[in-house]
Amino acid sequence: MTTADAALPVTSTPAVAALAEASGKAKRKLTSPWASLAALVIAVLWTLPTLGLAISSFRPAAEIKTTGWWTFFTDPQVTLDNYRTVLSTTGTGGLGSYFVNSFVIVIPSVVIPISLAALAAYAFAWIDFKGRNLLFIAIFALQIVPIQVTLIPLLTLYVDGGLAGSFWSIWLSHSIFALPLAIFLLHNFMREIPRELIEAARMDGAGHVQIFFRVLLPLLTPALAAIGIFQFLWVWNDLLVALTFSGSSSDVQPITVALANLSGTQGTAWHLLSAGAFVSIIVPVAVFLSLQRFFVRGLLAGGLKG
Amino acid sequence: MTARTTGRRAIAVTGVLALALGASACGSSDNKSSGAQRGSTECADYAQYGDLSGKTVSVFTGIVTPEDALLKKTWAPFESCTGATIKGTFDKSFETQILVQAKAGNPPDIAIVPQPGLLQQLVATGKAKPAPKETEANVDKNFTKDWKSYGTVNGVFYAAPQNASMKSLVWYSPKEFKDKGYTEPKTLDELTALSDKIAASGHKPWCAGIASGEATGWPVTDWMEDMMLRLSGPAEYDKWVKHQIAFNSPGPTAALDEVGKFLKNGKYVNGGLGDVKSIATTTFQDGGLPILQGQCSLHRQASFYAANWPQGTKVSKDGDVFAFFLPGKTAEDKPVLGGGEFLLAFSDRPEVKAFQTFVSSGTWATLAAEGGGGRAVSANRGADVTKCQCSEIDTLAFSVLQDPKAIFRFDGSDAMPAAIGSNAFWKQATSWITGQSTKDTVNKIEAAWPK
Amino acid sequence: MTTTDKFVKMVEAIALFLAVVGLILFLASRFSGRKGDRVVAAVFLLPTAVMVLVGLVYPGVRTIYYSFFNAAGTAFVGMDNYQTIFTSSDQRTVLRNTVLWVVVTPFVATAVGLLYAILVDKARVEALAKAFIFLPMSISFVGASIIWKFVYEYRPDQSGVQQIGLLNQLLVWLGLTPQQWLINTPWNTFFLIVVMIWIQAGFAMTVLSAAIKAIPEDIVEAARLDGVGPLGMFRFVTVPSIRPALIVVLTTIGIGTLKVFDIVRTMTGGQFDTSVVANEFYSESFRSANQGLGAALAVLLFVLVIPIVLYNIRQLRASEGR
Repeated sequence: MTTADAALPVTSTPAVAALAEASGKAKRKLTSPWASLAALVIAVLWTLPTLGLAISSFRPAAEIKTTGWWTFFTDPQVTLDNYRTVLSTTGTGGLGSYFVNSFVIVIPSVVIPISLAALAAYAFAWIDFKGRNLLFIAIFALQIVPIQVTLIPLLTLYVDGGLAGSFWSIWLSHSIFALPLAIFLLHNFMREIPRELIEAARMDGAGHVQIFFRVLLPLLTPALAAIGIFQFLWVWNDLLVALTFSGSSSDVQPITVALANLSGTQGTAWHLLSAGAFVSIIVPVAVFLSLQRFFVRGLLAGGLKG
Repeated sequence: MTARTTGRRAIAVTGVLALALGASACGSSDNKSSGAQRGSTECADYAQYGDLSGKTVSVFTGIVTPEDALLKKTWAPFESCTGATIKGTFDKSFETQILVQAKAGNPPDIAIVPQPGLLQQLVATGKAKPAPKETEANVDKNFTKDWKSYGTVNGVFYAAPQNASMKSLVWYSPKEFKDKGYTEPKTLDELTALSDKIAASGHKPWCAGIASGEATGWPVTDWMEDMMLRLSGPAEYDKWVKHQIAFNSPGPTAALDEVGKFLKNGKYVNGGLGDVKSIATTTFQDGGLPILQGQCSLHRQASFYAANWPQGTKVSKDGDVFAFFLPGKTAEDKPVLGGGEFLLAFSDRPEVKAFQTFVSSGTWATLAAEGGGGRAVSANRGADVTKCQCSEIDTLAFSVLQDPKAIFRFDGSDAMPAAIGSNAFWKQATSWITGQSTKDTVNKIEAAWPK
Repeated sequence: MTTTDKFVKMVEAIALFLAVVGLILFLASRFSGRKGDRVVAAVFLLPTAVMVLVGLVYPGVRTIYYSFFNAAGTAFVGMDNYQTIFTSSDQRTVLRNTVLWVVVTPFVATAVGLLYAILVDKARVEALAKAFIFLPMSISFVGASIIWKFVYEYRPDQSGVQQIGLLNQLLVWLGLTPQQWLINTPWNTFFLIVVMIWIQAGFAMTVLSAAIKAIPEDIVEAARLDGVGPLGMFRFVTVPSIRPALIVVLTTIGIGTLKVFDIVRTMTGGQFDTSVVANEFYSESFRSANQGLGAALAVLLFVLVIPIVLYNIRQLRASEGR
């Protein structure tokens, strides 16, 4: 525990310090060539499998099944057929309508739980009330409830409430499943914010709502962005929740459902699945790359205001 | 559950198979093509269903691209003549989803169920409705008693059969057979002799793959069912499926040992794919492909495997690949293992009843046959086979499935309780391939049987 | 439903939601000062509490309840299901595998994520470099299982047959015999764990990188002036500074690993002694239709997470003291 205790004062001032070193910090190269090499090795190891999939998605079906994807470099055979099939044959409205559904599902499913989790995490982190720790730990422990055990009870409730087969059932379900982890993560980020900042705001007569908006929210932007990215990914890649609660309605089914059905009655059509996987990867990666910039800047901007 | 279902559910696809004696019957069907005959009387067959304008029937099925399009096509005349709308949902995870939906009280109007075992589970939720009188009358008229019994739970008739398929087939390369002078075996002994002959020529005769995600192992269960039918006969087979004889009794044990003579024989397997163990990691889709490279000669798989050959593969008696009937003990002994689908209703609204009745009618079966492709074949005797856009194998399947005297048995593992048919049986069959003894395997499956 | 309809619905939903949050905030703002704390806490927690009670607590309790019932949930069977779990011959393997997963995955994924986050920190191409490690996170489990099929796939060592799995091709290039990676226990479990690590390292890296960026530069400078080398910097500055974040990452990945079954299910189906508790739970509940046993396995998952919860409680207590 001694290391931790020693570390705590340090960690309790990140935002302020980050601001101190903020903009003046120049980008520099990696510390040593060995470090560069190590980073490169990891990057290659992590990317290689995906590269195999990427190349495979452009290879003819028969080639995929008989030769390795690396033979592409010695004997390049390129086809766009896989993508053509993926983009044209799925469902009645083509892949487009499923894309729309995915967006319609994902945005509220990110906004709702994160807003609620931010409020709850604030209460756990900065408001004193009886049974606070117990309640927090209870919610934290709920992360372990397997989603599968909730399906039938929840669906029954939606059916009784007339929500089954609508976007509401999917939004609410994703929100519920996201809350424990989001609260846990946000709570930890919030605890990192220096107590002095909160106390100072209180001295100025700010209520909880003002503190939440004026002090915490700006500082939490990077945390919210990070959790937002992960929640986005989970919802975007989710199959189980969408399948269960979209019921029999292709009106609300997301792209994962369409992709899962792509390979046809015969099972694993690797050539289609690899192309399909790539179609569905584009959006999350774009979101990550765009949010990542915001992520670092958010930290500094928050520091300046605080 | 998806991949496995897909395998088993799938109906005789575009394949053209051996044994089809009266193959030419199909060719002539083109002349009498459907369109001309309909004309103004097009809707006469549908008058009995009345005006269903504005009514909607929701149908949920695990049948997906590209077969879903064929299925929708068979609904079109019903929709245009009665004014009803059939809203289909085509989803691979049908098996788990339909149970969740039924238990939660949110089932579709109609579920197309590919396994009698699942059918029983669905009926047990208490949400299913028995089939209407009209449907039952159609089934009595058009199907054999066996087929009706698959859709019957506890003496109540629920679900009318839809499409059907045939599983007892062995794929091979006609070219290789011709070049090397091999002939299609007519008995199990001849099959063994052929296998030995090929093995002696220095290459492994059989190839197989049983990997299928969470359903890994299911092709072994088909093998075992086929051997059970052949060695012990249909009566014992029925007892085995109903657990009137134990899973580890001599009959089933002998059947699995017989499978072992092929699949666990290092001299026989796994052509182009590795040793015996490689069967467990090869996907069932890839299991037969080495035939094309000449690395393997024989592959036992259902008719739907026709769709699994790469594009451009010629599937016919003088093409790249073809299949012969998995022989019985004697040349006269030809028991057929197969599968099929059943329409279970969760609503008794008039339009739902009308739709059930429609699908069980000869009119629908003829429409399906006309559509060809993977959904041509049914056990429905009302189907006008002359209109079928059939491949040779489709015709054969039709004749076998509709013949009241043919020995046809439904895929046994599909009718066993889920704990066996979609869990223990697969799991132990896979362990068996990777080295577990036959004795241990049947004992463990018997132990897992729900009490 | 047209596209416009869908977006209108979405906007309506968000508007409705914001209205609710607005109401909560309005209520909360009426109570300032320490006296109103309990009220503010109550309104802040109310929506979460309602959703969690309905969506997680109720199904969780229901699961515990059904774990004492038979397969169909119709007759009370006492501890039978639990007895089945602990007496069945395969279950020891399942438990062993689960422990392996939970011990190995979080630590290795976190180590790789941390190492990479430090290595690329402040590098010129940092954003791009991080995207490489992050990429696997954005791929669904189905996609991931196809990707790894192209790594582990086995083809026999004979003429005319080419490897299509990268790992075996490497062996062949090195003059060795190809292996069936997913069959041989216990190594096959590790090969499956690699997939999970590959996915989760991106999560670790993203969170830890944010934590590293928050380490005050003056501390780093001070340490550097004291002549602390790179390793010392890692040991005495970086790790202690980001300790809370490390615990968060380890905990999150640990819990996620306990629950994960998609990888096992899609790659081996739990065969060849690779099954884990979550996978058994899934197959009993959804394939075997054995509600009671499935529920008991879910309860076992609850139990397995208790050590992680206890550890976090201790951390929470420790940080209370500051």
